[in-house]
Amino acid sequence: MIESLFFMNGYGLYVWSAFSFTLVSFLTLFLIIKVQYNKERNKFIAKFGSLNSERAAFAKSQKINKEILSNTSII
Amino acid sequence: MFKYFEPNKIFSITSKAPKYVLFLFIVILSIGLTEALILSPEDYKQSHSVRIMYVHVPAAWISLGIFSAITFLSIVGYIFKIRNFFLIAKSLASSGLVFNIIALVTGSIWGKPTWGTWWAWDARITSMLILALFYIMYLVAWRIFEDSDKAFKVTSIITILGIINVPIIKYSVDWWNTLHQPASINILSKSSIHISMLFPLITMTAAFALFSLLIFLMKYNTELIKIKNRGLDRL
Repeated sequence: MIESLFFMNGYGLYVWSAFSFTLVSFLTLFLIIKVQYNKERNKFIAKFGSLNSERAAFAKSQKINKEILSNTSII
Repeated sequence: MFKYFEPNKIFSITSKAPKYVLFLFIVILSIGLTEALILSPEDYKQSHSVRIMYVHVPAAWISLGIFSAITFLSIVGYIFKIRNFFLIAKSLASSGLVFNIIALVTGSIWGKPTWGTWWAWDARITSMLILALFYIMYLVAWRIFEDSDKAFKVTSIITILGIINVPIIKYSVDWWNTLHQPASINILSKSSIHISMLFPLITMTAAFALFSLLIFLMKYNTELIKIKNRGLDRL
């Protein structure tokens, strides 16, 4: 059973490489986007921290800014 | 109606949705992979190599669907001056390109045992390669012009030119003699594919659609934060 799943009448190499390429592509894209998200979010937090109290209060009055600060992680 | 799509209003949803979409994607993908690799039957002609169809076909469908969506969003966004539509289109493009590449590479892998060659300048394959070039041009245009009005104009032109290629991809197998077989799945008439193969194909398509939704949400949130970062600079 396991052997036939791997070898697939001699087509195993083709089938497994197609599925592996797909899954590796998914994982790579997911990680790239996650890194980009974390980078932008950390930049936002750093910039927010450098604002004086008046500007920070103004920025925090926007709902979306509060959401960005409250979401610890995208996933 | 368009006011409901404003980033400030939908960020609370788009920022929370990825974790649920990821969970659903993993569940559907697990079912799809079990069906595609273990439960579905081998083909009487192509034997087990037919299993490549379960990644190749959904990837091609989603890549075409995303490009069509990007074109629609760009045109409507340009006519009605809705910046958010451009942001949605931009966020969809990266997964569209990856699906296009997956369709080309898995098609090439499938071609070797089926046609005896990794590559042929067949109408379907060539038009898919051209679509990948349009995706690349679209993403490069965003890189060059960033979020300026010029970017909206240039990316819209690229998508309008690129969309001409989409019906060519779809009907290339009917218009020309190609290595590809004609479509096995028809929405308007009876499909020639057996249900035992149709079910894993639909499940894998659903999994791929969920993955593109996940990537879209993550990318869209990143783009929104990027805009907010620029807003903080102006404070």
